[in-house]
Amino acid sequence: MDFPILTYMIFIPLFGFIAVMFLPKEKHTLIRWASAFFSFIPMILSFYLTYIYYFNYSGSADMVFVEGPFSWIAPIKAHYYLGADGISVPMLFLTGLLSFLSILASFNITNRVKEYFSFFLLLESGMIGVFCALDFFLFYVFWEVMLVPMYFLIGVWGGPRKEYAAIKFFLYTLFGSIFMLVAILILYFTSDPHTLNMLELIQTTPGVMGHSLQLLCFAFLFVAFAIKVPVWPFHTWLPDAHVEAPTAVSVILAGVLLKMGTYGMLRISWPMFPEATRFFAVPIAILGLIAIIYGALVSMAQKDLKKLVAYSSVSHMGYCMLALGAYSSVTAISGCMFQMFSHGLITGALFLLVGVLYDRAHTREIAAFGGLGSKLPVFTGLMVLFSMAALGLPGMSGFVSEFMVFIGAFTAPAPDLMIITALAVLGVVLTAAYMLRMVQRVFLGEFNSEKWSGLTEINVREVLTVAPLALLTILIGVYPSPLTNIMKATLENLVNLMAR
Amino acid sequence: MPDYNLRLIIPEIFLFLWALFIIAFDLGTKRKNPKLIGYLTMGGIAATAVLLYLYHGGISFNNMFKSDPLALFFKVIFLGSAFMAVGSSFDIIAQKIKNHRGEFFGLVLFSTVGMMFLASAGELISLYIGLELTTIPLFILAAYYKDDRISVEAGLKYMVIGAFSSAILLYGLSLLYGLSGTTDIVMMKINLALLYLNTNGIGWALLMAIVMVLAGIGFKLALVPFHMWAPDVYQGAPTPITALLSVGSKAAGVVAFMRIFIDGLYGFADAVMFPLDWGNIVAVLAAAAMILGNISALRQKNIKRMLAYSSIAQIGYVMVGMVAVSELGVGSVGYYMFIYLFANMGAFAVATIFNDNTGSDSIASYAGLSKSSPMISAFMAIFLLSLAGIPPLAGFAAKFFVFAAGIQAGYTWLVILALLTAVVSLYYYANVIKMMYFAPDNPTIKLNTPLSANIVLIIGVAGLIIFGVYPEPILNFALDTARVFGF
Repeated sequence: MDFPILTYMIFIPLFGFIAVMFLPKEKHTLIRWASAFFSFIPMILSFYLTYIYYFNYSGSADMVFVEGPFSWIAPIKAHYYLGADGISVPMLFLTGLLSFLSILASFNITNRVKEYFSFFLLLESGMIGVFCALDFFLFYVFWEVMLVPMYFLIGVWGGPRKEYAAIKFFLYTLFGSIFMLVAILILYFTSDPHTLNMLELIQTTPGVMGHSLQLLCFAFLFVAFAIKVPVWPFHTWLPDAHVEAPTAVSVILAGVLLKMGTYGMLRISWPMFPEATRFFAVPIAILGLIAIIYGALVSMAQKDLKKLVAYSSVSHMGYCMLALGAYSSVTAISGCMFQMFSHGLITGALFLLVGVLYDRAHTREIAAFGGLGSKLPVFTGLMVLFSMAALGLPGMSGFVSEFMVFIGAFTAPAPDLMIITALAVLGVVLTAAYMLRMVQRVFLGEFNSEKWSGLTEINVREVLTVAPLALLTILIGVYPSPLTNIMKATLENLVNLMAR
Repeated sequence: MPDYNLRLIIPEIFLFLWALFIIAFDLGTKRKNPKLIGYLTMGGIAATAVLLYLYHGGISFNNMFKSDPLALFFKVIFLGSAFMAVGSSFDIIAQKIKNHRGEFFGLVLFSTVGMMFLASAGELISLYIGLELTTIPLFILAAYYKDDRISVEAGLKYMVIGAFSSAILLYGLSLLYGLSGTTDIVMMKINLALLYLNTNGIGWALLMAIVMVLAGIGFKLALVPFHMWAPDVYQGAPTPITALLSVGSKAAGVVAFMRIFIDGLYGFADAVMFPLDWGNIVAVLAAAAMILGNISALRQKNIKRMLAYSSIAQIGYVMVGMVAVSELGVGSVGYYMFIYLFANMGAFAVATIFNDNTGSDSIASYAGLSKSSPMISAFMAIFLLSLAGIPPLAGFAAKFFVFAAGIQAGYTWLVILALLTAVVSLYYYANVIKMMYFAPDNPTIKLNTPLSANIVLIIGVAGLIIFGVYPEPILNFALDTARVFGF
C-alpha cells in the first residue's frame, strides 16, 4: 500500500486539533469551518477505504492497508502497526461519518468554541486509532487518549450535573482500562519471544498460555471492554454521561465509543482466548439477556427523552452481547457487527434529534410535550422514522441486525442458547412498547399551543446532519448484503479461530 | 599509587565554586540584581551540564567516586530539578526574600553538589557525606521565609527528622561495615555473600542493618511509614524548594537506595532469603505508600499538601520498579524519575506562579483559571494528567515500564494494587482540572509570569509530550544505567 491512508485518517484530525488551538479565539466561524474541514477529510478517506475494501478485499480475511510494524519503543517491542479488516472497516466508516456530522451539529456551540472543536478533533483521532491499531501498546494509548477530550467535553459543555458525569465517566473507564493493562503485560511476558503484536498473540497465545491464566486474562480484558459497551452491571456511568453530555458528544458516545467495547472483544478477547470464550459464553449471553430486558424496562420508566435514548443503548448493546455469546455462529457474530453499525446510525440520529428539540424547547421532559406532529411535521417524521428503526421495523437496519442475532444465537452449534434467545425476543416487544409510548406522548395527541407556539421547525443544517443517517438506515435495511459481504470473510475466519 | 583522576569531578568542583561566586557576586553588587543572579545561577547549572557531558566515564579516588552511567543519568535529573527550581523562584526572590538572595541560590547549588557526589558514591562513607551535603542546605532553605511561622516550623521539623534519620542510617551503615569489613559497596556485596555461605545465613544483624538503612533512606524518600514530615514541610517551605525536595532530593534517595540495596545487597532481594528478603519488605512499604498517599491526597484542600501526598504515592510507584531488581526494573525507575522531574517541577512551578500572583495555595482558588490564563491552565492540566499516567503523556510510559518490570518479576499483586490506586489518584488530579475548567465562578485572576518561569513551564510540557510520544532515547539511556549492576 503506497498511500498510508490509516495514518492520514488518524493524524489529520490530530493536526486539526493543534491547528485549531492556534486560531484566534474570537473567530468562531473560522474555527467551525476549519474543524469541519479537518473532520471532512478523514470522512472522505473512510468512504474511500470502504469502497476499496468492498471491491478488492472483501473476499479475504487478511489485514489490508497494513502499515508497519515500525519499531517505536524498541526495549519493550512496541510498534507502530496499523491495519484494517472486515471488523474495522465498518467501524472506521461509522467513525468518519459520525464525527463529521457531530461537528456539523455542534455549530450552535457558543461557549469556548475553540476548545470545544479542538477537543473534538483530538477525540476523533483517538477513536480512529483504536479501530486500526494492531499493536497492543498503540491500542492502549489510543484507547486512553480519548478519555481526556471526552472528560473535558462533558465537563465544560455538559448539562447541570456535568462535573459529576465527567469524572464518573473518566474514573469508570480508567478503572476498566487498568485491567486491560495488566492483561497486556501478562500476555507480553507470557509470549515467547515477547511481543505486543496482536496478530501474533492471537496465533500463539492459545498454545503457550495455561488454562487458568487464559481465563484470568480474558476476565481482565472483559472488564475493560464491558465497561465501555456497557454490559450490565457496568452500565451505571452511561446514563449520567449520555444525559449530561452536549448533543454531539452523546452521539459520539453512543455511536462510536460503545462500539469500541464490542470491537475490542471481537478483535482481541475472542480470538485470543478461545478456551476462555467457550468457558464464559453462556454467562456472557445471560448478561446480554439481562441488559436487553433491563435496559428496555428502565427506558420505559424514563421521563426524560434523552435518558430514554440512553437506556435504550444499554438494551440494544445487549443484543451484541447475546450474539457474542453464540461464538460459533457466523450469523450471530455478523448480527453483532450489524447491530453495532446500525445502532451507531440510529441512536446517533436519535440523540441529534433530541438535541434539536432541546435547543428549542429547553426541556426534554416527555410529559411536557404533546401533539408536536401538527406543529413540526418534518421533525416528527424524522423522529418517528428513527424510532421505528430502533424498535426493529422491517425495512430498516435495526430489524436486519436483530433478526440475524436471534437466528444466529438460536441455531448456534455451541453453546446452547435457545432458551436465552427465546427470552431475549421479549426485548423486541418491550422496545416497541417504550418507543411507541414516547412517540405517542410527544408527537400525537393535543398540541399545547400556548406553551409551544414559539417552537420552530428543524432547520436545514440539522436536517442535513440526520439525512445521511436516515438514508443509510433504510439502505442497509432494505439491502443489507454490502455490509454483510464486507465483514463475511473476516468473521468466518474469526469463528474458525474460536473453534481452536 | 592511588589514581585520583580529578578530571571526573570537574563538574562538581565547578558547581561548588559557582555557588560561592553567586553568593559573593550578590554581596558585591549590594543585592541589587535579583534577576541577574538568578540567570547566572541557571547559567552555571547549564554550564555544569556541559562539563558533565565532557568529563564523565571512569572511576576515581580508588573507587570511592564512580562516574558511571547511573551517576550520569541521575546527575542530569539533579541539575534539571535545580535549574527548574531556580527558574521558578524569580518572583519569590524579587518580592519575598529581600536579603540573602545570593545565599538562596547558593544553597540550592550546594545541595545539588551533594546530590551529585551522592550519585557517584562507590562506598558507604562518601555516600553518607553526599547525603548530608544534600540535606543540610535544604534545612535552611525550607525555613527561608524566616518571618513566616509555618516556614520556620517546616525547616525545624525537617532538620530534626533529617538528623534523626541520618543517625539511623549511619547506624545501619556501621552494621553493614561490621558484617562485611569494608565500606566499598562492591566489596561489601562479595563479602556478604561469602559470609552468608560460610555461616549458613547471616542472621539478625543483617536484618537490623537492612531495616535501619531502609528507614534512613525511607525518610529521605518520604516512603511510608517514614513520610510524616513531608506534608508539613512541603506546605511550609518556599514552593520552589518544595519542588526541589520532591524531585531532586527524592531522586538522590532513589540513587542511594540503588547503590546500597540493588548493588550492595543484590543477593538478598529474593524471597528465599527470608527473613532478609528486602524485596518483599520494600514491596509492602510501596503498597502502603500508594494506598496512604493517594487516599490522603483525596482530602487535601491545599495544592502543596495535595502534591506532597501525591509525591508520597509516586515514590510507591517507583518502588514497584525497584523491587523487580532487574534491568527493566532499574531502567524503569530511572525513566520514572526523569519524567517525574518534568511533571512535578512543572506542577510546582504553576503553584509558585499562582501563589506569587494571588497569595493563595488553596485548590478552590484555582476556580475559573482557564478563562483568564488559558495557557498556564493547559500546562497545569498536562502536568497533572501526566502525574496521573494518562497517555500519550510521558507519565504513562513511565508507569507502563515500572509496572512491566513488576509483572516480569512476579509482583502481579503489587502492580494491580498500584493500578487501582492510580485510578484513585486521577480523582484528585482531575479535581484541580475541574476547578480550573469546569468551575462556574471566574475571578479573572491574571497571572503574570516571569520569563524564567515560562522557560521552566515550556521545558516541562515539552519533556512530557516529546518523551511521552517517543520515550525510546531516554529509556535506552535509563536501561544503560542498569549495566552498572551487571544484570
